[in-house]
Amino acid sequence: MGAKYFGASVPRKEDERFLVGDARYVDDITLAGMHHAAFLRSPHGHARVRAVDVSAAASLPGVRGVFTYDSFARWMKPLALFGAVPPRLAERVAITVKNVPQYPMARDTVRYVGEIVAMVVADNRHLAENALDAIEVDYEPLPPLVDMVDAAEPSAPVLHPEWGDNVAVAFKNTLGDPDRALAGADVTVRERFHVQRYVGMPIEMRGVVAEYDRRAGALTTWNNTQVPHFLQQGLANTFELPTHKVRVVAPDVGGGFGTKANGYAEDVLVPLAARELGRPVKWTEDRREHFMAAAHARHQTHDVEIGATRDGTIVGIKDRIWVDLGAYNSWGIVLPYNSVAHLLGPYRVTNLFVDVTAVVTNKMPNAPYRGAGRPEVVFAIERAVDCLAHELGIDPADVRRRNFIRADELPYEIDMPYRDGNPLVYDSGDFPATLEAALAQVDYDAFRAEQPRLRARGIYRGIGMAAYVEGTAVGPYESASVRVDLSGRVVVATGAASQGQGHETTFAQVAADALGVPLDWVTVVGGDTDAVPFGVGTYASRSAVTAGNSLHDAATEVRGKLVDAAAKLLEVAPDDVVLEEGQISIRGVADSALPLGKLVQASLPTFAAPGVAPPRFEAEAFHHVPTVTYTNAVHVAAVEVDPGTGLTKILRYVVAHDCGNVINPRIVDGQIHGGVAQGIGGALFEDLVFDDQAQLLTGSFLDYLVPTSMEIPTIENVHLHTPSPRNPLGMKGVGEGGAISPPAAVANAIEDALAPWGVRITATPVSPARIVGLLAARERERARVHA
Amino acid sequence: MKPAPFRYAAPTTVPQALELLAQHGDEAKLLAGGQSLLPLMNFRLARPSVVIDINRIAELAGIQQDAGVLRVGATTRQAALARWAADQPGWELLRAALGFVGHDAIRTRGTIGGNIAHADPASELPALLLCLDGSVLACGPRGEREVPARELFWGPLTTSIQPDELVTEVRFPSPGSGAGWGFEEVSRRHGDYALAGVAALVACDPDGRVLDSRLALFGVGDTPLRATDAEQALRGREPTRAAIDEAARLVGPALDPHADLHADADYRRSVAGVLAARALAGAVSRCEDGRVGATQR
Repeated sequence: MGAKYFGASVPRKEDERFLVGDARYVDDITLAGMHHAAFLRSPHGHARVRAVDVSAAASLPGVRGVFTYDSFARWMKPLALFGAVPPRLAERVAITVKNVPQYPMARDTVRYVGEIVAMVVADNRHLAENALDAIEVDYEPLPPLVDMVDAAEPSAPVLHPEWGDNVAVAFKNTLGDPDRALAGADVTVRERFHVQRYVGMPIEMRGVVAEYDRRAGALTTWNNTQVPHFLQQGLANTFELPTHKVRVVAPDVGGGFGTKANGYAEDVLVPLAARELGRPVKWTEDRREHFMAAAHARHQTHDVEIGATRDGTIVGIKDRIWVDLGAYNSWGIVLPYNSVAHLLGPYRVTNLFVDVTAVVTNKMPNAPYRGAGRPEVVFAIERAVDCLAHELGIDPADVRRRNFIRADELPYEIDMPYRDGNPLVYDSGDFPATLEAALAQVDYDAFRAEQPRLRARGIYRGIGMAAYVEGTAVGPYESASVRVDLSGRVVVATGAASQGQGHETTFAQVAADALGVPLDWVTVVGGDTDAVPFGVGTYASRSAVTAGNSLHDAATEVRGKLVDAAAKLLEVAPDDVVLEEGQISIRGVADSALPLGKLVQASLPTFAAPGVAPPRFEAEAFHHVPTVTYTNAVHVAAVEVDPGTGLTKILRYVVAHDCGNVINPRIVDGQIHGGVAQGIGGALFEDLVFDDQAQLLTGSFLDYLVPTSMEIPTIENVHLHTPSPRNPLGMKGVGEGGAISPPAAVANAIEDALAPWGVRITATPVSPARIVGLLAARERERARVHA
Repeated sequence: MKPAPFRYAAPTTVPQALELLAQHGDEAKLLAGGQSLLPLMNFRLARPSVVIDINRIAELAGIQQDAGVLRVGATTRQAALARWAADQPGWELLRAALGFVGHDAIRTRGTIGGNIAHADPASELPALLLCLDGSVLACGPRGEREVPARELFWGPLTTSIQPDELVTEVRFPSPGSGAGWGFEEVSRRHGDYALAGVAALVACDPDGRVLDSRLALFGVGDTPLRATDAEQALRGREPTRAAIDEAARLVGPALDPHADLHADADYRRSVAGVLAARALAGAVSRCEDGRVGATQR
């Protein structure tokens, strides 16, 4: 394979249509006779639904149907569940997982604000929302579960009576002898860390358009899902149709971040209404609905104990972890086990105890969001390491230097399975080199030298770092097909739908290199179950590795067919055929060149003769990816904190990272920038707040603060490239990483800036009020001591 | 997020608008820039049965300076006033305050009159009007009246403008040549409503003593507020750092701020004092005869 495009920052092929407004999102799809849906959602966190009266709503002008659970009872099947325990994991770690079916509409109880109670379909959205106003629901409020630690207590009211308690996932795991190790430590730190509930805010809301063809008995739905083939399976199951009778199309999608990889009630209800009414139906989520009822994320509490010897060698870690899953356990072990599998990160620690309790509460269920359990554990551990460094009186960078696994120790096995049941073995990277690259970029020593001088002038600057080692590219495969058309141009299709990541460019780069055609000869199709029969989807930093390698396999196979056909056409041995720039030629014979289209055309039978070769210039591949490959990074934030107002300004943000071989460096930079912006959102701004009645208090962008360009600093990336040994292209995933470390790095930097006060930052978001409150408490404490 | 059904009227003269107001009273809402009203309607938190769109009343837009008073038509866009103020000496405080009003897109639609009449206690322009001892002109069935800023703001989103009255003009008196200004605001993000904010004006006599000091606060009470104790404490004194700090220390204890998701009352009280000190120091440093910037810092 020549690498003409692989590794080049070619401009994104898809950007022009996005920039000029020619993109086609779900909401842009309009079908003849289409109706519009709106949903009545629970205003209560927890209530019994005594009665629903839709009669007034149903008789309003323009209303075509009002539906409740009973209307669709025959078709109400539980929403998809993810995250079962793989057998090879179960052999090693005893994990309790409890599930309970969640139906697309509430039957007799609502368990979170935003849960669907009824659906209206009308001639337009205005009329549909007017009808929502006219539906009468008799709710009997029930005691709400809000706090995750309280919900885990045996005395708490039980959300799902069949469970007996609220614990959805529980497991413990021990490596080495942590009790003995911590007892022998010179210094230990214990602290409770808390990561708030926050989630991706894609610019494009969720949306569903559905059309049921009674003649064909087939359903087509446009849905901005990240996982079209999963959704196809779910709908085939609900509608009791063969898979090929259900087509799911994810057209242009404006951001996913995991939020759109979840299984949602609306995915099913809109198609059910379309079939019931015999008309296409559209629903576009509004932002209020997104806050209430698009999957939430994050939200963990960690009680960490960490110990070290006087020289800074970490001897053991204990972490009791609570995970707030929201009202249903939709994702099984995914989030809690991800946290545990990523707890140690780059640290060489052999004594570990974890005790995990994932509970249900009266909130929108959680789903993986960019990082998926990693940002939370990285916050807890990287904060704990900084606290430890402080207690030891050793610079935080030096503590990390002492404890990071060295490159010569790789492959490095942690004695627990990964979430997929395979051994957890770091395959590649040089963690100390990543750390040094980040520190050099930020000029750490100069910062430390200047810091006391600035403090003397009343300027409080701090620097913080946070590392991660991330299992990326969850398998087991992704589909890719490659087909050459009559003009010699190439169509690539894959199950890895794009939500804006640049697949049309990066996958074209891989295919163009493998085939030997110009980049703009390749069209990439994603997000259509008719384009490729099997697929998995885009999440878990997986598409470049899984789809990229399948695509490389398929394109290489097609290239072989082209070369064989060319050999026949040119009457030479295959080894003497050159395929470059979309032309075939005989090696060393300059004027023998023919465009690829001529070869394809020559392969078709004519009246005069059969073709030179079978014209099957296509292939599908399903490259097997049994387990993850490990990306690593170190983030460094430099901040200035105004102790008078509590405002934090991020002065520098550096990311040194190693995701192996890179298809398109500019796209990788963009991925990191976006992730860091979301991570800074979690560090300083974003918070889904519930009151003690499980009422959502942050239901709009007025109260839920997403950072804007004004709050995000220039992000400086340093790229290291240790190829992955686990796939032919040597790639590792990068989609999520940017979002993992910022909460820890920024909090570490803030605590460092405020070192003269000696306050400890234990929770995010680190708001100005939180900072001023901590400083005021410390001043009061000092005043008491002096009094 | 679609509004409840409403009727729409678009008068082209002030009398027509007043007639519609007289007809519909409390049931009507005036639509100017729509930057607050429309989100409230889309959430169905506001459900006016009639929306009276005053954007087509040509006489309501315009900016003129008249004997030291800046008269701004009610539907003048915030962005238009910011453009006007960009190169007008003496209006730096107005320019600074407008820079904190939302973002470009909001200022392009948002109006001066709408912003004042909406009376959000965390909003910049009401506090500015109070700081400058400005007023609004209100027209109603009983004729036209000038309402001083001190009598305008009654509570959160509540003013002394009657349901049958229309704000036609906002009057900002010039701060006066030689006065120094300061403007400080803390918000979670650039362009957000203030957690706390302060507009300050200081004028000094030739001996460098404070002739007049004004301090208007926003985001820390039910309405914009004047910090009268602090203002008083500085008058007649040399505005040293110590004098400023002493005055600013009076600000917080006099407040009874609300708590919300973004900040508790203690935070607002504490930060109002910090910002008052900064705004006063800024004002003194910009003041023609002020000395704090030169010698006392």
